[in-house]
Amino acid sequence: MQNTIKFFIILLLVFILGVFFISLNKSSNYDTKYLLGNKLTNFQLKSFYDNKVFINNDFKENNFTLINFWASWCAPCRVEHPVLIKLSKEKNLKILGINFKDKKANASKFLETLGNPYDFLAKDELGKQSIIFGIYGIPESILINKDFTIIRKYIGPLNNKDFNEIKGIIN
Amino acid sequence: MLSNIGNLLLFLNIFFSCLIINYSFNCLKISDNIIFKKIFQIGLLQCTAILICFFTLVSAFLVSDFSLITVYQNSHSLKPIFYKISGTWGNHEGSLLLWVIILTFFSFLFLIFNKKHPKDFRLYTLIIQNFLILGFLFFIIFNSNPFSKIDPIPNEGLGLNPILQDPALAIHPPLLYVGFVGSSIYFSAAMASLITNYSNKFFAISIKSWVLISWAFQTLGILIGSIWAYYELGWGGFWFWDPVENASLLPWFAMTALMHSLLVLEKRNLLYFWTIILCLLTFILSVTGTFLVRSGILNSVHTFANDPSRGIFILIFLSLMILTSIYFLFKKYKPINAEINSNSRETFILINNWFMMFYLLTVLLGTLYPIFTDVLTNYKISVGPPFYNAVIIPIVIIFLIFMAIGPQTKWIKNKFSNLKLSFFILCGAIFLNFVIINLFRSYSIISNLVIISSLFLIMSSFFDIFKKPLINFPRIISHISFGFLIFFIGLNHNFSEEKDFNLKLGETIQIDNYNFVFQDLELFQQVNYKAVVGKISVSDTKTKEKRMLNPEIRIYDNPQTLTYEASIQTNFFRDYYLTMSNIDRSEYYNIKFQKKPLMIWIWISVIMLSFGGLLSLFRNAKHN
Repeated sequence: MQNTIKFFIILLLVFILGVFFISLNKSSNYDTKYLLGNKLTNFQLKSFYDNKVFINNDFKENNFTLINFWASWCAPCRVEHPVLIKLSKEKNLKILGINFKDKKANASKFLETLGNPYDFLAKDELGKQSIIFGIYGIPESILINKDFTIIRKYIGPLNNKDFNEIKGIIN
Repeated sequence: MLSNIGNLLLFLNIFFSCLIINYSFNCLKISDNIIFKKIFQIGLLQCTAILICFFTLVSAFLVSDFSLITVYQNSHSLKPIFYKISGTWGNHEGSLLLWVIILTFFSFLFLIFNKKHPKDFRLYTLIIQNFLILGFLFFIIFNSNPFSKIDPIPNEGLGLNPILQDPALAIHPPLLYVGFVGSSIYFSAAMASLITNYSNKFFAISIKSWVLISWAFQTLGILIGSIWAYYELGWGGFWFWDPVENASLLPWFAMTALMHSLLVLEKRNLLYFWTIILCLLTFILSVTGTFLVRSGILNSVHTFANDPSRGIFILIFLSLMILTSIYFLFKKYKPINAEINSNSRETFILINNWFMMFYLLTVLLGTLYPIFTDVLTNYKISVGPPFYNAVIIPIVIIFLIFMAIGPQTKWIKNKFSNLKLSFFILCGAIFLNFVIINLFRSYSIISNLVIISSLFLIMSSFFDIFKKPLINFPRIISHISFGFLIFFIGLNHNFSEEKDFNLKLGETIQIDNYNFVFQDLELFQQVNYKAVVGKISVSDTKTKEKRMLNPEIRIYDNPQTLTYEASIQTNFFRDYYLTMSNIDRSEYYNIKFQKKPLMIWIWISVIMLSFGGLLSLFRNAKHN
């Protein structure tokens, strides 16, 4: 009995040291890749235009929803905007824009000038809601399906390759 | 030049360590109880050499010798002298030198202060301690040499991270190192005890003072770190369950358990192997903590620069330490069938140890869990305060009650004679708790129980002062302080208020009973930074109290960094705490205001706790 205990203690210690060893060669930087396949639950977002609050149920009818985080002060957001405009013509896809740490006047002007691709538009003035979505910079986009599972996550501006990929998924 | 002197002294230290090990083995072959005089002499030389080596590095920092990479990376010629000096140990390489100083001094002092103990025990302790010293010296020389040169020599240094340019942080590492590096000496003594079969109560006596010193310093070190985090990091809290904070807490739990189990070994000659395990565990946990902090496998506010090669070295060192100690422990371990009466002082001390082990395992699990999930499942998570609060707080209640009753019990066989008094004290604690609720505000049931149990501990320990003869005054001080610590944390937690809002210059905002006016914003040029200082008045419309708070945003030049300095006004009843941070592309500033009652008493309680440990040290020195 005593030997078995000793054996297990040694095994446990070797295991811990082994894990330490492996973790030495792993990057400890935070990334959000692991969010793929997860479900988004119970989020609440303030509407950009009025006092309405968007909740999960508002997106239940959509086959696919692309959640796009953007701001008028973000230059790469301008770069990806034409791709969003193109995506907005897709029937199977609704786009939810989340205006991130922005001023309402500037954001409205941005959309007036470049066009409004968003079926739903919410705001996150303090950037606190976006944390729930695992956002750490903008632009970022998340593609979810009907049951709110995250299928794709795009960090940085969307490009034509992403456009084709999204098109392939939703059709 | 300084680099050569430094390197030479490092090699000299290796030579001295080898000599000490060699002479000690030779000395062991002789059967008398006298230790060679030359061992003492070399020990003294070793201490002198490492101290000069350290001062060589300090001088390199003082004269801004940028030919040394460490100085180049962590200093700047315009930095105030105080921070030039503290910069010596504010980095990985320099702090390792501080490690070796403590290892060396403790080694020598243990040798000269333990003359009453057998020669072979003292010599084996010295040998093992010198193996540890050698390990760290090799680590310094081959991996983390503070005397490494850079060519061509840069004209200017990169500067010390501004958040480290702080008086509290200048003294935090040395205090903490005396604590957890100091625990090396009872690691070595425990190994020596296993090797030489020196297993009676005299072993306990030989290490007791060292345990007390390291415990008191570890406590103070944690406190200073905590105070620094409170005012420097701008979150307004004093404990964040950050992995590096946890790394300092783990050996503290082991030390606290050890300090208590030593009493049983000293008085009753029991729990020998358990005490040995705690001695080994304390230092192993210290090195594990160092591994976690230095290798960069954990992300934390104070992780040192990441370098896997450092990690590998510490990991090999740690593995060797663990395997060697396990080997000797298993080899010498024999089950002892000693009967301990379930109602006795021994049992209560064991209960203390169980609680400490419970806390230790909880914190260890919370700290290591993210590493394990990352390696085994590729899933990154972080374990935060909700986990620790949920697991630790309810158990604290039971712990405090045992802590109050334990010291009232007698060795061997106890009979509770003072149950009536304890009952009255408990009623008193419950009564006081309801007075607090009635006068101020009610709080959750758990908080009620925490406050009641802490008051119970305070009052029970307080009544001990009047017992004749006065048994153990330092213990009473520490126990009362611990009770107060939990009591004030409980009140602070329940009565803190926090307001978070955006405000621009000239604007006024009313939130609940507080009125905030952003009166002014001034720019000051200091020696090594520019400061944007806000003048924000806070008036409490309920109490008519008005205060002016001056939070700062500092712009450091070398390296270019922004830091946010909280404005804190402290008195005996509460702290007003306010931070201001700029919002990009906006004239608004984000203001975080907190009113934290009785904050200063949390610090005072910890100082008194540590003071109790130091008093106990003097008491112990007087007795032996």
